[in-house]
Amino acid sequence: MTTPLPRRITAGIAALAIAGLGLSACGDDSDSGSPSAGGTAPGAGKPECAQLESFGDLTGKTVSVYTSIVAPEDAAHKASYKVFEDCTGATVSYEGSQEFEAQLQVRAQAGNLPDIAYIPQPGLVKSLVEAGYVKEAPQSVSDNVDEFFGEDWKAYGTVDGKFYAAPLGANVKSFVWYSPKMFADNGWEVPTTWDDMMALSDTIAASGVKPWCAGIESGEATGWVLTDWLEDVMLREVGPDVYDQWVNHEIPFNDPQVAAALDTVGGVLKDENYVNGGIGGVTSIATTSFQEGGLPILKGECAMHRQASFYAAQWGEGVKVAEDGDVFAFYLPTENEDFGKPVLGGGEFVTAFSDRPEVQAFQTYLSSDVWANEKAKATPGGGWVSANKGLDIANLNSPIDQLSASILQDPDATFRFDGSDQMPSAVGAGTFWSEMTNWISGDSTSKVLDAIESSWPA
Amino acid sequence: MSTTEKLIQMVIAIVLFLGVMAVILLLTQRLRSRAGERVQAAAFIAPSLLLIGVGLLYPAVKTVYLSFRNSASTEFVGFENYQKIFTNADQLQILRNTALWVLLVPTIATAVGLIYAVLVDRARFERFAKALIFLPMAISLVGASIIWKFVYAYKDANANAGTTNGGKVEQIGVLNGILDALGIDTYNFLFNQPWNTLFLIVILIWVQAGFAMTILSASIKAIPEDIIEAARLDGVSGLQLFRHITVPSIRPSLIVVLTTISISTLKVFDIVRSTTGGNFGTKVLAFEFYVQSFRTLNPALGAALATLIFVLVSPIVLYNIRQMRRLEAR
Repeated sequence: MTTPLPRRITAGIAALAIAGLGLSACGDDSDSGSPSAGGTAPGAGKPECAQLESFGDLTGKTVSVYTSIVAPEDAAHKASYKVFEDCTGATVSYEGSQEFEAQLQVRAQAGNLPDIAYIPQPGLVKSLVEAGYVKEAPQSVSDNVDEFFGEDWKAYGTVDGKFYAAPLGANVKSFVWYSPKMFADNGWEVPTTWDDMMALSDTIAASGVKPWCAGIESGEATGWVLTDWLEDVMLREVGPDVYDQWVNHEIPFNDPQVAAALDTVGGVLKDENYVNGGIGGVTSIATTSFQEGGLPILKGECAMHRQASFYAAQWGEGVKVAEDGDVFAFYLPTENEDFGKPVLGGGEFVTAFSDRPEVQAFQTYLSSDVWANEKAKATPGGGWVSANKGLDIANLNSPIDQLSASILQDPDATFRFDGSDQMPSAVGAGTFWSEMTNWISGDSTSKVLDAIESSWPA
Repeated sequence: MSTTEKLIQMVIAIVLFLGVMAVILLLTQRLRSRAGERVQAAAFIAPSLLLIGVGLLYPAVKTVYLSFRNSASTEFVGFENYQKIFTNADQLQILRNTALWVLLVPTIATAVGLIYAVLVDRARFERFAKALIFLPMAISLVGASIIWKFVYAYKDANANAGTTNGGKVEQIGVLNGILDALGIDTYNFLFNQPWNTLFLIVILIWVQAGFAMTILSASIKAIPEDIIEAARLDGVSGLQLFRHITVPSIRPSLIVVLTTISISTLKVFDIVRSTTGGNFGTKVLAFEFYVQSFRTLNPALGAALATLIFVLVSPIVLYNIRQMRRLEAR
């Protein structure tokens, strides 16, 4: 004879027992590859589920994901998890927040961490690893990253020789936006070297149009646009190795090489003949929002705007972003041949705070080529790329995404992550932004670099 | 957390609250002696005391404690954090800006509110006029800042000079639009130091004047009719009436309004964050406290700044409470 109440109690005991088993299983398996929940995965046998079969039947399990990606971009993410849910039976609970970076640290201190977070700063991954919150990535994820991503990408998820966080999405910052029609009408050619670009700037300036426009206002993050400029020029002028030393503070922030690079930036942005097309003089860059910085191109008041691939979303309705459209971007040219094709960019890293089988299964899925292609197909409007080499460029829906992906997959390309996201937050989210704002407002190169150097935490 | 979960939590919280109250009532119900009343009173005060302790006293004490330690909170550094506030050039500018805000906002907002209240008093369109100046109060500070950011928006009128295909620059900002229409050079309101701080101060005055007007207007209406009549019979002019009857009669309200606005001015953060992001020399104490605590992860200096704000606010709060009591006693 069974009444509802005893049945519930039995179920509770069973659940506890299973949880206990799961825990002990994890303990046993921690050093021997992927754990499994046992049973047969619901999607066993399907080709897209191949990597997930070994995790067994995860029906009823939930993986919580916490990210900085909010509506409307989150819809494509949620849609891309369908294959995972069908293969394993587990469900993914997605939560996006605009206060992600601050909240994640609060949740870590409160002991309320999600299973997985998509962290856009390698520096934050590192500090969370050092605080002991992060679980090492399973072998299956590590193997995927070896197969599908470059060494430079893997290094950003590695702390002290141990691999923790696999890359997810990516963006390319080394772009200059322009109007293909404006260029064609005036007989201007897309420049392929830095010198060509400066010569073109002079030609455009002589025609009466200010060649460059920019905007760095971004609320309390005002100045980040200029940190990207400096990083891009650093990569071109002194190369990735010196760049890494500079980011890691192995050479001082005010090193003469950095000053030279900043002066190169100044050669464009601090020249009243070159800026600020359609908006004003040099200082108007400081108060123009980054969203509006490139819009004068649409009115023919400005010719070039250096900004990341994600600027595609700013052009507005009805503007065709394509090589034969209203606006498109070219790769910011190099100054010399010494360092190949440096690419500055950003991206998110999948960081796990739990090593339950369903969590590791989800990590495995996200690091696979299956997910990258699912995500591309789930993003019909474009605006998403990954450095995953298994991503078929034909699956991407917008021309600028295709260009970004081809640059990221280029074997000659050396990728470097946005340096300000790796520096200590007192600099990377503090003085680097504010002093670059002072620099465009009129302060000298040496003054602002000295100020940033002195603010570097001991 | 989903909405249903939140709703369930809310219901649980309410049921718990009612449950605790019922238990306290049941337990203390039987005690009818004098001592019993004390127990009853204590039983009702204890939960709120506990909450104040956990929610207010403990964090306050902890903040003061943190302000005397280094940024990783591993050792005591004495007054080093405070020393930085009063010697570092950046921090001194912050103190100067804060002083400007605290001096200008309460006085001008109260003056505007008072004059407005007197002018529209008993006018035919009084309600409409009051609604007009009170409306900004209903807008959040962030909303107000975004509105004013558009008002101040800047584009150089001559940016397209020399272009063949450019021509006139389209102004988005109302103020620069007016300047441009009048043939005056456009002005970058949020950029040019030190005047940009004054333009930010205008925003808070715009928001707070309505508050001042409402309280003062009610106070003016409470002045007994016979005093005013007696003064009129004595033949005083409008200005004399204002100076010798109105202002002294509403003095306690004036002080409450001044101090209340001072307190909110010391805490102003939203305006600076949403207009200039603290750039171009516009930072104030409360904004710097936030930056140091949560963005550059230097909680010790942040705690020192918070403590300084607390020390500055406390005397005003005490004075405010005393005046409030006097106002209620009348």
